[in-house]
Amino acid sequence: MEDIVQHLTPLLKEVSGYIFPNEIELHWGLLIVLYPYLTGLVAGAFILASLVKVFNVKELQPTYRMSLLTALAFLIVAPLPLLGHLGHPEKSYEIFLTPNTSSAMAMFGFVYAWYLMAVLLLEIWFDYRKDLIMWSRKEKGLMKWIHKLLSLFSSDVSEKAIRFDKKSVRVITIIGIPSAFLLHGYVGFIFGSVKANPFWSSVLMPIVFLFSAIVSGIALVLLIYMIVTPMRRKPIDMLCLNKLASYLFYVMIIDFSLETLDFIHRVYESEESIHIISELVSGKLFVSLVVIQVLIGMLIPLGSIAAAKIFKLPDELKKLIYFVAAILVQMGIFSTRWNVVIGGQLFSKSFRGLTTYKMTFFGLEGFLVSFIILIMPIVILYILFKLLPPWDEARQQVT
Amino acid sequence: MNILKILNFTNQSQKRRSFVKMFLLSVAAIAIPGRSGSQEKPKKKSGWLLADGYDATEHLWGMGVNINDCIGCGRCVAACKEENNVPRLPFFFRTWVERYEIEANGRVSVSSPNGGYDSFKPELSDKQTIRSFFVPKLCNHCDNPPCVQVCPVGATFKTVDGVILVDSDYCIGCRYCIQACPYGARFLHPVTRTAEKCTFCYHRITKGMSPACVENCPTQARIFGELKKGASPLVRFKRMHNINVLKPNLNTEPKVYYANLDMEVS
Ligand code: SF4
Ligand code: SF4
Repeated sequence: MEDIVQHLTPLLKEVSGYIFPNEIELHWGLLIVLYPYLTGLVAGAFILASLVKVFNVKELQPTYRMSLLTALAFLIVAPLPLLGHLGHPEKSYEIFLTPNTSSAMAMFGFVYAWYLMAVLLLEIWFDYRKDLIMWSRKEKGLMKWIHKLLSLFSSDVSEKAIRFDKKSVRVITIIGIPSAFLLHGYVGFIFGSVKANPFWSSVLMPIVFLFSAIVSGIALVLLIYMIVTPMRRKPIDMLCLNKLASYLFYVMIIDFSLETLDFIHRVYESEESIHIISELVSGKLFVSLVVIQVLIGMLIPLGSIAAAKIFKLPDELKKLIYFVAAILVQMGIFSTRWNVVIGGQLFSKSFRGLTTYKMTFFGLEGFLVSFIILIMPIVILYILFKLLPPWDEARQQVT
Repeated sequence: MNILKILNFTNQSQKRRSFVKMFLLSVAAIAIPGRSGSQEKPKKKSGWLLADGYDATEHLWGMGVNINDCIGCGRCVAACKEENNVPRLPFFFRTWVERYEIEANGRVSVSSPNGGYDSFKPELSDKQTIRSFFVPKLCNHCDNPPCVQVCPVGATFKTVDGVILVDSDYCIGCRYCIQACPYGARFLHPVTRTAEKCTFCYHRITKGMSPACVENCPTQARIFGELKKGASPLVRFKRMHNINVLKPNLNTEPKVYYANLDMEVS
């Protein structure tokens, strides 16, 4: 009780206009910003991998397995921020036992479980099965057993079995794309369906979430590819990189158009809430929305990727531009999530005033925990890369 | 009368149970062994202290508020905090009172210092106030409640007598209901870490008493009662005044009815 008094009392002074007395406490903090950010990366990385498979994009082959493992690493961490923000994490299993079927949030567990078990793990398993068997045949000691275990002790590498693997991967990919859409579109629905909040309530929300997810996923895989390849002392495949950048560019155009549409629609309809929302956007959200999300996270990367393509810049310069653009895009998408989650709570439902969010450093909802949660997938990814090397050479070795 | 039936739990929990069974069978990996006992929780429910002989199916509760009668003394706010153990802090309210001041130039200023708990000091500025009034607020016990719709575990529910309650044994503290309530009627209790809001003093009304705020209002600005019974004071109140509800455009169908509500109030 003491700490809540200490946390909330100074906020009383930060309020401008009138907010309902219960609204001083901001209910969804940094952890809930992380949640759509993380699931977005999962969905985006997976959709990238699926594009490679379904449309058979040869250039992107080097990133296929990398994207799958990235999706897995981030998916493992995705529920943590959700759990952490609950008042009673120990009761969270109730969501599985007595889900309220009319609640979008109750579906989280099921969508998550479906995606993890039925899509991602299966696809990775079928894709790696042959390699796992071949690796375990050659290896000794611990690794041998890990790979044997991961292959679930299957040993059939006959042509028929391999064909079956390939077919399974295709089928799962085809189921996987709508599943990935579901995973993230549904996160958008959690916000988009709250009619009490005009900043959130929009049918476009799931779609905007989805496309921004694909943007962030592609940018992330691009970053990982550009960092990991030189670390392995391998040359960066420019064909692959150019293709990634093109995809990133196209999806960003769609994302940007959707967001602009949403913006125009709001201004044009000019509903009751427009005054308070414009006060918010031109005031407390100006830096994170206009400057970081739109300018730094969207327009500058779009412009620089376009320039790199149009002016046929030398490869080294292109690499630099892509790399910086991808980092800016990550910043942009993170602030997109921030602006939705935090921004949407900064104005009162009386539409008469604004409040403030004060981030703490320590504590479950604090900066430190969120930072650790953001680092975790990278550590997991490192381990996954060790256990299941996604590189082409690893694959070729055995055949 | 069976408590389960009163709280409308039976149907839902049966539905849930078969759903759970299916789910546990199909995705055994997520099942947490030995936890299915929580299904039985509603059966043991005794926390609502229903008086013997109270038949929920015979009631439908609502409240009327006459803006013209409210003097902003804040007695209801204090009584509510006392009755329901609401933290005595300016951030948590089951009911609160707002003051509206409408100036000659059309400017509207709204305030609710400490939720009106300490009543209101007269405004000493040189504002040219042409109209001023007080609006008591509370959970509207919406007939179409968004908070119930979004609760992932069904901890927030609607009773057959029309009251919206939170089962704190079930509430996981996700705060989705707080986001979904358009009226700012909910908060997270800092100690129990579960969602809370006005219950119409359910423990009192099921014993035939009226809610604490109604009991303590010196001007009878709040009228509590039956919506279904023709002879009830609330039905009469609704007949005698021009009635409005808050944010009618959201289709939440509130059961708190305001007489003489100004268009500025939202
Ligand atoms: S006023 Fe808010 S808390 Fe009360 S029933 Fe309506 S939506 Fe739920
Ligand atoms: S905070 Fe509790 S009552 Fe509210 S939606 Fe979450 S679980 Fe339900």
